[in-house]
Amino acid sequence: MGSTCICKRFSYAKYAYFRRILHNRDISKVVLNRNNYSTTTNKDLDEEPEPVLSFQYDKLYPGHIPTTLFQKGLLTIGSAFMSLYDPSRDDMISTLGETTGYPALRWMRQKMLQDPVGRQILEEKPVINSSTVSIDYLGNLPEGTFGKEYWKFLSKNGFSPDARLPVHFVDDEELMYVMLRYRQVHDLFHTILGMKPNMLGEVAVKWFEAVQTRLPMCIMGATFGPLRLGPVHRQRYINTYLPWAIRCATNTKFLMAVYFEKHWQEDLVELRKELNIEPAPVFKKTGSS
Amino acid sequence: MAASLTRRTLWTQYKLFYRKSLRFFTISANHTSENGNKTTKEDVRTTHFGFESVAEKEKEDRVYEVFQNVATRYDLMNDAMSVGIHRLWKDYFMYKLSPLPGTELIDVAGGTGDIAFRFLKYVESQQQSASPEDKHNMSRSKNIELSSDSSSTNSDSTSNDDEVSETHTGSESHVTVCDINQSMLDVGKMRAKENGIYHGISWLKGNAESLPVKDNTFDAYTIAFGIRNCTHIDKVVSEAYRVLRPGGRFMCLEFSQVHYPFLQRLYDAYSFQVIPVLGQVLAKDWKSYQYLVESIRQFPDQEDFKDLIKHAGFCNVTYENLTFGVVAIHSGFKL
Repeated sequence: MGSTCICKRFSYAKYAYFRRILHNRDISKVVLNRNNYSTTTNKDLDEEPEPVLSFQYDKLYPGHIPTTLFQKGLLTIGSAFMSLYDPSRDDMISTLGETTGYPALRWMRQKMLQDPVGRQILEEKPVINSSTVSIDYLGNLPEGTFGKEYWKFLSKNGFSPDARLPVHFVDDEELMYVMLRYRQVHDLFHTILGMKPNMLGEVAVKWFEAVQTRLPMCIMGATFGPLRLGPVHRQRYINTYLPWAIRCATNTKFLMAVYFEKHWQEDLVELRKELNIEPAPVFKKTGSS
Repeated sequence: MAASLTRRTLWTQYKLFYRKSLRFFTISANHTSENGNKTTKEDVRTTHFGFESVAEKEKEDRVYEVFQNVATRYDLMNDAMSVGIHRLWKDYFMYKLSPLPGTELIDVAGGTGDIAFRFLKYVESQQQSASPEDKHNMSRSKNIELSSDSSSTNSDSTSNDDEVSETHTGSESHVTVCDINQSMLDVGKMRAKENGIYHGISWLKGNAESLPVKDNTFDAYTIAFGIRNCTHIDKVVSEAYRVLRPGGRFMCLEFSQVHYPFLQRLYDAYSFQVIPVLGQVLAKDWKSYQYLVESIRQFPDQEDFKDLIKHAGFCNVTYENLTFGVVAIHSGFKL
């Protein structure tokens, strides 16, 4: 009785072992091939160097750099330190977002697929940059429209829709697009929420994004951003902006599934009503909160 | 019987666990086994650029581009990748060379000047520690040599492509830093200025495979961490033979192969997992550092490189491993 149990365990282990070898052979071809190359001899160089399944850049999408889990971990730590040490390194912040964002991106994609407009966005994969969106057209729209407000936001602050960085470290084409879309509609979030791009406005938008998208980068930014606020802003933040941002985020429609490019001509107030966005808190110039 | 079976299952379970952990070090992206464009017997000769196969003419341009991109952060990255050990390697390299004051050195692919500055410091410290009598002897022997050569003016000009004849009056040691990439030379010049080094150094833009230098010009030729980037290593070594005077020494400091299995795995893991990440974080450049670690693997190992040097005509070719073979110093004499 006892020996048959052991025999069963043994044969299962053997079976699992061989299965694992076959599985690893497929996914670890890269590592094995590198080991072969690490002892080069001159005689091998006379034959053609075999096209190793080594580093295939741009395999899934242009700009894709394949990384192992360990490398993603290292990138997370490295980019976290670097973005704190040198805040001008915005590519480090985006890298951090990419390496930590998997579960959130998957959740977002799921939610987008449940919404018909979201599904359309995922199929068509629209991109917002200066070739797809004409800045002049936005500038010529009537006052009070969403497009005109966005144009004002861009021109007043000197932003460009091209300034968003490409995605490198996400190993799935669709999730890459979700990440890209998130980056590109950040400015649109500013416009639709009515938040200025100062520290306070950024933190408010980060809170909004954190609740809506669940990206760890947003959560981190929202938690640590307020530490840099001045005393007046901090009061306003604690008393007004923070509760408003969270309330707004929970009540508003899922904004990632909104096809913003089709709403340029719509009146901003109407659009906000449609999306169930609570109007932003306004402070009079006297400075009382 | 039952006990041995249980032992075996424990072992297989351990192996399973080990293979499971390999998952962290493998790429999960969907790699299909494409055979790529296999260049058969075409006119286009291919060589390796890291693990990629490229046309020979293309390699030089791509290497140029790599160093153009990394030039400003080159020294920082060297420190980060080797945890500062590259300084020890270079110090030891200079100690092995032990140049006498009055030596004329050409440092090829020496862009940012690490070897050149060490050379100047070394000969300076030699001169300072030497007694006055020794100094007199050294300068006398140098003058005897020089009187037989044609005397032409010392050209300390920067970046000229014309042939340069380097003869100097007196017992002045001199180093010519040669590099194909102007950005690297610019970084080197800036560093020289920062360190207050003005005399005894000149900068030359040129290709290691065809140096813009006359035959039999230099006493010593060094190339540190540069030769693996050249398209034709044998040409570089023959050029070295050409420009050295009889009695001159060829020294090469280069990454080489680690022949201890466990350490090799560790080294490979470090190279492929950590270094490109460092490149992305510190220098915003993943691809150049991926190329770097791949080009190290493509370079011939210690013995093969030694044969190559012998083949070019050098005598008394030896090599020495540093750090278990991560780096090797090859040395040969032109007699």
